[in-house]
Amino acid sequence: MKKILSMVLIAAMALIGTAALAEGIPADEITVGYIYIGDENEAYTAAHYEGAKAMAEALGLSEDQIIIKWNTAETEACYDAAIDLAEAGCDIIFGNSFNFESYMIEAAREYPEIEFCHATGYQAATCGLDNVHNYFTSVYESRYVSGVVAGMKLNEMIADGTITADQCVVGYVGAFPYAEVISGYTAFFLGIRSVCPEATMKVQYTNSWASFDLEKEAAEALIAQGCVLISQHADTTGAPTACEAAGVPCVGYNVSMIATAPNTALTSASIDWAPYNTYAVECVINGEPIAVDWCQGYDTGANKITELNEGVVAEGTAEKVAEVEAALVSGDLKVFDTSTFTIGGETLESLIEANADYAKYADYVSDGYFHESELASAPSFDIIVDGIEQVS
Amino acid sequence: MMSKLHGLREPLFHVSKRDECGFVKACLIRLAAIALALCVCAVVIFFLTGLNPLEVYEAVIDGAVGSNRRLWVTIRDALALLLIAVAITPAFRMRFWNVGAEGQTLAGGLATAAVMIYFGDRVPSALLMAMMLAAALLAGMLWGVIPAIFKAQWNTNETLFTLMMNYIATQLVAFCIVFWENPSGSNSVGIINQQTRAGWLGELFGLTYGWNLVIVVAVTAFVYFYLRDSKQGYEIAYVGQSVNTARYAGISVRRVIIRTMSISGALCGLAGFILVSGAGHTISTGIAGGRGFTAIVVAWLSKLNTFTMMLVSFLLVFLEKGAIQIASQFSLNENASDMITGILLFFVLGCEFFIQYKVEFRRGRKAVRE
Repeated sequence: MKKILSMVLIAAMALIGTAALAEGIPADEITVGYIYIGDENEAYTAAHYEGAKAMAEALGLSEDQIIIKWNTAETEACYDAAIDLAEAGCDIIFGNSFNFESYMIEAAREYPEIEFCHATGYQAATCGLDNVHNYFTSVYESRYVSGVVAGMKLNEMIADGTITADQCVVGYVGAFPYAEVISGYTAFFLGIRSVCPEATMKVQYTNSWASFDLEKEAAEALIAQGCVLISQHADTTGAPTACEAAGVPCVGYNVSMIATAPNTALTSASIDWAPYNTYAVECVINGEPIAVDWCQGYDTGANKITELNEGVVAEGTAEKVAEVEAALVSGDLKVFDTSTFTIGGETLESLIEANADYAKYADYVSDGYFHESELASAPSFDIIVDGIEQVS
Repeated sequence: MMSKLHGLREPLFHVSKRDECGFVKACLIRLAAIALALCVCAVVIFFLTGLNPLEVYEAVIDGAVGSNRRLWVTIRDALALLLIAVAITPAFRMRFWNVGAEGQTLAGGLATAAVMIYFGDRVPSALLMAMMLAAALLAGMLWGVIPAIFKAQWNTNETLFTLMMNYIATQLVAFCIVFWENPSGSNSVGIINQQTRAGWLGELFGLTYGWNLVIVVAVTAFVYFYLRDSKQGYEIAYVGQSVNTARYAGISVRRVIIRTMSISGALCGLAGFILVSGAGHTISTGIAGGRGFTAIVVAWLSKLNTFTMMLVSFLLVFLEKGAIQIASQFSLNENASDMITGILLFFVLGCEFFIQYKVEFRRGRKAVRE
């Protein structure tokens, strides 16, 4: 009896202890700041803004509790915006563009009581500040699923004689030769390969995150080189526009491209930022710490593909997608399963054993797959696997 | 002939050149222009967005100077713009159309960043600062003097040449970022020496941007007196008015062109130094941010008077910062504020006509020419 009593007492004290630690801010008093690289006219920022709005709705925040700095440049303008939001009384500040990170860290140093959450960044764990956090989603999962959709389409094209199996070359318009992009297209490619093993892929970089003209030109160049399906990791509708003109199927990013390419868009890999926004703001409301690195995928609804373009996708796509998505959620399917790809004809595991250049990946690979976005939220898979060729 | 003239009716209004427009009168015309512009803007704002124009104006003011920090950010950016405008003034006074300020500024910024990256933790901070400054001045000077030499020797078109040099500078920066990028593949350098702050312009008189202020004001005053009172300034004005007269007067036009563009380029390089060391602490193709071109507007709006440039550059940056606030507060994007700026500039530029000329309306038949 005494033992039980003391245990209850300890538990009660522990509860009081955490309650005292957690100060929290009532939901109707919290102010949330956002620094955006673009505005609603730009798909990437539009997706982030949707996430913010969903958060506000879920937590019952009013419009004037949210302050947004639109079209912020990746220069000291970001630092100015962060400071301005801090001075305006924001309790938590989000930034959505990669190059904001250093400037947000500068601001975080000056305002240790304010939480700074940076999407796509990588420095939160190493910058030595408790109030800097990185977040991302397991976008490679949505890329993989969109790859399955693309692969089904390729199979259909082979079956009906539009192309032969050796003409099964996919084109990919990438922004930069950076891990985030490489990880994304590799996942897309592995998704294709899972249903259409003959496929190969060519990648053309635009060296810009958002340039309609460059993306359109890159897609046109890839089509001219014989690519029969196009996907993209860049923010505009440039590639789908080129695809619609050429009658080549395409897979978009961020938002549905059906409006741009009604006869060729299959689907788009997309991210739902609402789960993280809600999570992080809720943490501040409850006075709980925010994860240093947050990365969730299909299981929290942070990743998805946009609606399938019924008339364009291959028959049976919806069923196959549902099956793959279920496997991702249950954890049975790992996107970067090391048995599904090789590098120079060798498996990643054997390269890590034998080649000093690959030793750095040892921490990421175990249990037969590459643990993408588990050590840090930002993607780290930056290996060019067999079957993918970088054109420029 | 004469009889025909007698029969002509005088037009509704008559434009003639003013002999001289007094300072007070000119100021009044300009103020009236600004007031009119604000009225037109108010009408546009109201009919396009349904917002209260006064609230929008209040937000503009709040965004630009509403807090101490905002005021200083506005001052910092106005100083950068002012310095570039001042830098191109000697060249413009000489009628040398230097549209390459963007590239000269980038070159200066690139040199500054290079010294910060390679020597940041190796040399004492005073020496580092001196090296950065020297590198920036030299790089800007080089970028300015190349078109000048071609102009002086072979009379090439300086407008095209300086414009082309901008693209080369931009590509050069993009090229260097490939080596300096952090992390690899990201195409960005990030903040240079974020931990050690080596090569960052520190505080002066307790002001974060104190150095920026002192340097730019000193340069502005220097250029003003250099152009007005020095022999070299006189030579520049002479070459600007007539190359042949200057030659006849025994001025070496080539030397003046090369010397003036060296100064102009070096001062742009200095602006690059301030942008990198005193504001952004990074290098990217966007650090000049179009200021090299906006500076041309500033210089001409100010009629090449460096002190007027202070006002004009502050006004332009004021509107730019206000724009950020109205975007945030009313969800009006930049296009809305660009419109306000455009209307304002239209009236301010347009009113110069009324300072130069006077408009007289018809005053009955009496005025018919005899």
